[in-house]
Amino acid sequence: MDVGIVSYGGYIPRWRIKPQDIAKTWGVDGDAISRGLNIVSKSVPSPDEDVITISVEATRNLLKKVQIDPKDIGAIYVGSESHPYAVKPTATVVAEAIEASPDLTAADYEFACKAGTAAIQTCMGLVASDMVKYGIAVGSDTSQGAPGDPLEYSASAGGAAFLLGKEKVVAKINETLSYTTDTPDFWRREGQTYPKHGGRFTGEPAYFKHVLTCAKNLFQRTGTGPEDYQYAVFHQPNGKFPVSAGKKLGFSIDQIKTGLLVPRIGNTYSGAVLLGLAAILDIADPDERVFVVGYGSGAGSDAFDITVRDEIENTRTDKCPTIEEMVESNNFVDYATYAKFRGKILM
Amino acid sequence: MGIPRFWRETPSRYNLIGTKCGNCGTIHFPPRVVCPSCHRKSIGKMERIHLSNEGTVVSYSIVHDAPHSFKMQKPYAIAMIELEGCCRLTAPIIDCDPSDVKIGMKVEATFRKLGEQEKDDVIHYGYKFRPARSER
Ligand SMILES: [Zn+2]
Repeated sequence: MDVGIVSYGGYIPRWRIKPQDIAKTWGVDGDAISRGLNIVSKSVPSPDEDVITISVEATRNLLKKVQIDPKDIGAIYVGSESHPYAVKPTATVVAEAIEASPDLTAADYEFACKAGTAAIQTCMGLVASDMVKYGIAVGSDTSQGAPGDPLEYSASAGGAAFLLGKEKVVAKINETLSYTTDTPDFWRREGQTYPKHGGRFTGEPAYFKHVLTCAKNLFQRTGTGPEDYQYAVFHQPNGKFPVSAGKKLGFSIDQIKTGLLVPRIGNTYSGAVLLGLAAILDIADPDERVFVVGYGSGAGSDAFDITVRDEIENTRTDKCPTIEEMVESNNFVDYATYAKFRGKILM
Repeated sequence: MGIPRFWRETPSRYNLIGTKCGNCGTIHFPPRVVCPSCHRKSIGKMERIHLSNEGTVVSYSIVHDAPHSFKMQKPYAIAMIELEGCCRLTAPIIDCDPSDVKIGMKVEATFRKLGEQEKDDVIHYGYKFRPARSER
């Protein structure tokens, strides 16, 4: 299968809030929470930003790195658990905003935090079977935790988009596989504003079981081990889980740190592992290999083995900021402004 | 503004598409069917063109008494922007402190929510501008 990443782009809102400022509101120890989650700040979207605007910005950044006719894009899938509409696809607006409309297929995906990686796999299949020339997969979220809930310290906003194709490939996807079970670790019922989660249950039987099993299955399928990869990136609901999963698999912190964005921007859900991958592609050299494992509650993991090609140099441009430039931000808001921005104040 | 009108203007709001008069060469935004200078001579000669995503603030004012759909963002700056090589338009300047907006400031187009009538209504999207990378 000669399918790969032709281009990629990310977007992270510029506002940040510190766990200490959230904790102060609820009368708990913010420093302890910050240490416990390994999060020093999380991104906050403006009132005029949502999954549609973030997906459009990420996709437009993707197009700034590559010369293709948007009419050659045959499919757009947007994965998110915070689509602005319950009925009316985000993907239709993205398609119109990049002038890929109307001769293409488009749909929205939902699988907690791994809807974006599922969209990549779908596009790979469509490209490999020659049903489309290029496909775009987006993972983006503006997720929220209930006020005072532990999730409020991590749930943030951001997204990344990937262009999949057979031509002009800058990073080849050597292999992908998934691991899926029915696990009730985290859910949100229709019509509910905030999700619920299984507390401690979200760790071992959910995140770790799926990420580690999927990763080991990929090692086995590809005949590789951690020493074969320069970079590894995992879904990052907080700053502790991905580091712990990486260590259990035999990866060093040096292999993990480039894709580990959660300490500074929080958990961008569907955007998380994809923004981490984008940050790696921003600096990776030709022939370097990247190990990627996403995770979505409910639950499942998608894993990818990727090799960077010489053509990666073609994506380096000053027309859009790097992921690192977007991650780095000093525009902090206080809890009251955050609550206003996120619609937590009833009016 | 009603849904049909907003929907018709989607291409220009999403992608800054204007028209160029084939008779006098003037670029208009929003797009026009007929050139206001050439009238009949321009009929059938109005060409759709992509405007630049980059421009310069020509004039601005800070809005403190915002309409309903902008009340969460007040105060904010609204500016007249000279787009590179084409025409002028008016748009909010976002992603900065309104007091940082200056005449001559370089700005670039961004894609944002413009508003909604009520929480269960269709959401309108389109361009706003933010400081260009060189200004940040
Ligand atoms: Zn004219």
